[in-house]
Amino acid sequence: MNYVIIGAGPAGVVAAETLRKHDAKGSITLIGDEGEPPYSRMALPYYLIDKISEQGTYLRQTADHYDNLKIKYRQAHVNSVDTKAKTLVFGDGKTLKYGKLLLATGAHPIRPPVTGLDLPGVHTCWTLEDARKIHQLAQSGAHVVLMGAGFIGSIVLEALVMKGVSLSVVEMEDRMVPRMMDDIAGNMLKNWCKSKGVRVLTGTRITELSDTGKGLKVGLNKGKLPVAQLVVVAAGVQSNIGFLKGSGIKTDVGVLVDDRLQSNVEDVYAAGDVAQAKDLSTGERNVLAIQPAAVEHGRLAAMNMAGLDTRHRGSLPMNILDTLGLISSSFGQWMGTKGSETAKMVDKKNYRYLRLEFLGDRLIGAQSVGMSDHLGMLRGLIQSETSLGPWKQTLMASPSRIAEAYVAKMHGSLG
Amino acid sequence: MAWTRKILRVNLTTGTCETEPLNMEWAKKYLGQRGLGTKYLIEEIDPKVDPLSPDNKLIFATGPLTGTCASTAGRYSVITKGALTGAIACSNSGGYFGAELKFAGWDMIIFEGKAKRPVYLSIVDDKAELHSAKDLWGKSVWDTDAALKSIHQEPMMHVAAIGVAGEKGNMYACIVNDLHRAAGRSGVGTVMGSKNLKAVAVRGTQGVSVENFRAFMKATEAGKKTLQENAVTGEGLPAYGTQVLMNVINESGALPTRNFHDVQFESAHDISAEAMAEPRRSDGKPNLLANQACFSCTIACGRISKIDENHFTVVNKPEYWHASGGLEYEAAWALGAATGVKDLEALTYANFICNEQGYDPISFGSTLAAAMDMYEEGILTKKQTGGVELKFGSAEMLTQMAEMTGKCEGFGKQLALGSKRLCEKYGRAELSMSVKGQEFPAYDPRGIQGMGLAYATSNRGACHLRGYTVASEILGIPEKTDPLATDGKAGLVKAFQDATAAVDSAGLCVFTTFAWTLEDIAPQIDAACEGNWTPDTLLESGERIWNMERKFNLDAGFTGKDDSLPKRLLKDAAKTGPAKGLTSGLDKMLPEYYQVRGWNNKGVPTKETLNRLGV
Amino acid sequence: MQKTLVIDPGKCTGCKQCEMACSYVKEGTFNPSKSRIRVFDFHTEARFVPYTCTQCDDAWCQQACPVDAITTDPVSGVKQVHDNLCVGCKVCTIACPFGTINYNVSTGKVIKCDHCGGDPECVKACPTQAIVYSDAEQAGFDKMRQWAAKTDNAPQTTA
Repeated sequence: MNYVIIGAGPAGVVAAETLRKHDAKGSITLIGDEGEPPYSRMALPYYLIDKISEQGTYLRQTADHYDNLKIKYRQAHVNSVDTKAKTLVFGDGKTLKYGKLLLATGAHPIRPPVTGLDLPGVHTCWTLEDARKIHQLAQSGAHVVLMGAGFIGSIVLEALVMKGVSLSVVEMEDRMVPRMMDDIAGNMLKNWCKSKGVRVLTGTRITELSDTGKGLKVGLNKGKLPVAQLVVVAAGVQSNIGFLKGSGIKTDVGVLVDDRLQSNVEDVYAAGDVAQAKDLSTGERNVLAIQPAAVEHGRLAAMNMAGLDTRHRGSLPMNILDTLGLISSSFGQWMGTKGSETAKMVDKKNYRYLRLEFLGDRLIGAQSVGMSDHLGMLRGLIQSETSLGPWKQTLMASPSRIAEAYVAKMHGSLG
Repeated sequence: MAWTRKILRVNLTTGTCETEPLNMEWAKKYLGQRGLGTKYLIEEIDPKVDPLSPDNKLIFATGPLTGTCASTAGRYSVITKGALTGAIACSNSGGYFGAELKFAGWDMIIFEGKAKRPVYLSIVDDKAELHSAKDLWGKSVWDTDAALKSIHQEPMMHVAAIGVAGEKGNMYACIVNDLHRAAGRSGVGTVMGSKNLKAVAVRGTQGVSVENFRAFMKATEAGKKTLQENAVTGEGLPAYGTQVLMNVINESGALPTRNFHDVQFESAHDISAEAMAEPRRSDGKPNLLANQACFSCTIACGRISKIDENHFTVVNKPEYWHASGGLEYEAAWALGAATGVKDLEALTYANFICNEQGYDPISFGSTLAAAMDMYEEGILTKKQTGGVELKFGSAEMLTQMAEMTGKCEGFGKQLALGSKRLCEKYGRAELSMSVKGQEFPAYDPRGIQGMGLAYATSNRGACHLRGYTVASEILGIPEKTDPLATDGKAGLVKAFQDATAAVDSAGLCVFTTFAWTLEDIAPQIDAACEGNWTPDTLLESGERIWNMERKFNLDAGFTGKDDSLPKRLLKDAAKTGPAKGLTSGLDKMLPEYYQVRGWNNKGVPTKETLNRLGV
Repeated sequence: MQKTLVIDPGKCTGCKQCEMACSYVKEGTFNPSKSRIRVFDFHTEARFVPYTCTQCDDAWCQQACPVDAITTDPVSGVKQVHDNLCVGCKVCTIACPFGTINYNVSTGKVIKCDHCGGDPECVKACPTQAIVYSDAEQAGFDKMRQWAAKTDNAPQTTA
């Protein structure tokens, strides 16, 4: 079999490895278009603060990893897909035949329609190349404006502060990480950042950027900011599906796939940030754009491509964030759903928060601030749909006893 | 190393928490816990102070080994001037609280003054804060424990609290941590209550280090092996708990029964360890569910019991249908043999109540026994008891009185006085089986002569944990002595007293000494702590502590006359068993004891002795 | 033969010697809050449950790691964190459905049980043999396996 994978992020790499595991002889081609070895975007913030070198961002640490597995790693940009001819067309006009295709093209950062976003000194923080530029510009003492305090913005935030810049964060919504956590958590993060000397403007919009010659003037819909040496745009991401136009592959916000991660076109699969696949928490198809889902998708898609009929139950939305030492996480339907019951532990003074969402006696979502022990149990309980029995009432009164409840349920005999 | 070198000073009057460095000079002389805490107390309070006045202080102290992997190294002591006795009080407790306090970074907490309104102290590592205990006041220890973990949303928190007994001035109230481990004796909980301090809740996530890890691991490992291979600590205590003693002591004719009228209890077996492990006739399940260790303890003598759900005490109270701390030997004796009650489930229930409301089962059982004695003699009548028939042997009455004493209601209010005050009130002081106001534990000095001297001279009032010569006289540890003889007991008592003071001050459990001598303990302390710790320096340190405590008591107004036993033990001979016909030979042992102690004939340490020890 | 930690809660007395041994050998200090094994206390049921990583085959932590910092020892099957590669992103800590890989704030890395390289300290420290190191097929481990299967959203191969 001739397998081709477009995209060399975690989904693509795991898919390639999984294919090799189940098909020793097939031809596997992994295509990346960034001119780098396969690397992890998750690791970029740590590169920014020199915790790791560029090499430290690579998804696999041994240089001959792909050669050893007989995975052809090709650096090229795919312009389009001809599903009838089972052929890819590259930017330079060359073509490549495929037997089975995995779309793992990921996503790209959104550039909101704001004047001046194309000026020098304005960067997204998405690729290794972006990170190199930010690494240069975010010098100690420089004033940096971060546009967007979503999940990615908040990860970059930490790195910027640790580089010693003077940082201002501008977020349109009323709180930080609005799509990852509720207002209590979001505002806890905001207060925490403020206490660490970060200027956080929520409910504020950047209207215009202009070059003053000494730096970038950042126009706001309300209030003012000093001239910035660097503006980092973190306004969300979109799946890379533009090149699929006319291919017959059905897309919505991403490539729509079934529970075998296959698109409407036979032999074309999708995984990772480009895949609109089943969300375990809602049952709907959704683009999750998170590392663990990308890996799951990559593995499952590859197994199906290799002929092992393997069903995807859905991936669970989950995120974890470290904001200047304050760790926060969210899982599943953290915002609750119709008929769900909420248990909350709020300790604003000590920056601790735990919110649990139950449907019946099952946990369906959770979020935490200021906790770092046994967080995975939250995933375990949600994903296993464990019936908590009497423990549910205990947790309604004392959500922090979640680890006890987990161990008790796992050991059966304990209530 | 070993010490965190930090003390938390909490002024309840002003509501402030301050950090101060540990006096390392003192630490090297007094180790920690009992020795060091007492040193601080004595330096800071007037020995004549009223124990319940704001001028008394209350010290929670850990030892240098507390929070390490040495076996049993999880203990802390509460040191104060005792409410029950007016003497130096030091009550030692296990569970997990002491280690947690150490992990939070504190060697000691010194409470001073008195809060205007009820408060509790929370400690999360370096952060110590006083909070209003308005909503906790009136709650039991168990409810307080749950409430604090819930308020702070910290399930890993460990709580030491007083119950209603401590709030309402029961003179032998304890401080209970981890639901059923207690700084139990001398009314340390009463002092805590008098300060309007309801609880201390701690969470610690900092580590404890020792001076020389490699030597420490080697020494503690050897220590654990010795404990494991010893018949008492490796088999008897894990299997039966301290209750292993019930039948043994009864057979030795030293099980005080019905307020020391008898020295053997005809129903001893019914309330013994063996009975706890047997399936009950009622429901086919044993009383004993499991054994529980305190922090770092490789012995695990703690009992976890569950009361028969159909037993009259709990049949309508499902809130008591869970497992909790079961009967230890002293409690089983005080609630059982001392009162003549043989219903194991009733004793277990009374023990639960003691833990739940925070009062000492030894003093309670003995006080009740004294009240029964007065009732049977006709000194107390139904009029005084509120209609209750205080007859020896009644399980219903025992559990009812336990409940009433817990809440300080009805006749329970009088039982809360302790036996000395109660008996004095009715003109029969001699019926109180106590020394310096503190009730005896479970060994009759007529059948175990050394214990008579140990009780009479114990610095905190009658106590088995200050010089446990039972080990030698009954169990043959470290060598067998004749329990009925008085010869040589003065030296034996002194040796036990000094060694125990050192063990208590290190952060270890005295039960280790069934297997360990100071030769086993010294290398562990020496590896952990700065300074040169040998069996000799430990013994000297123990003797120093003993004399320091003695001096405090003398300054507080006690004299050699208080080193005595109740008339019954001196005049009424044992009626049965090996000790039949014997009384306590205290008068033969005491003068010799003063001599080996280097005290004058009035029991006052000589200048030479104090100088030699550097007190 | 791969070996595993076989835990029998019925024998555990709650002394926490395992936590002390673990934190000492891994952190150089006695500190249960940093132990890779934790004893849960169900006091109303008189039950203590030591709890740690099962070194599961699926290794959610390993799969979720974006920088290849977690590997499987080919002989023992143990999942190991390589501190030189771990960036501290914590994704593994939410990916592991057992909650047995945790972030260590003081080092900025994640920590998990690694069987101490084949000679687990907790086993040696346990005074009651509640934790023993034996063949992976033994009972007790199966129970956790079954539970693990329940949380598994990934491969349920039918072919």
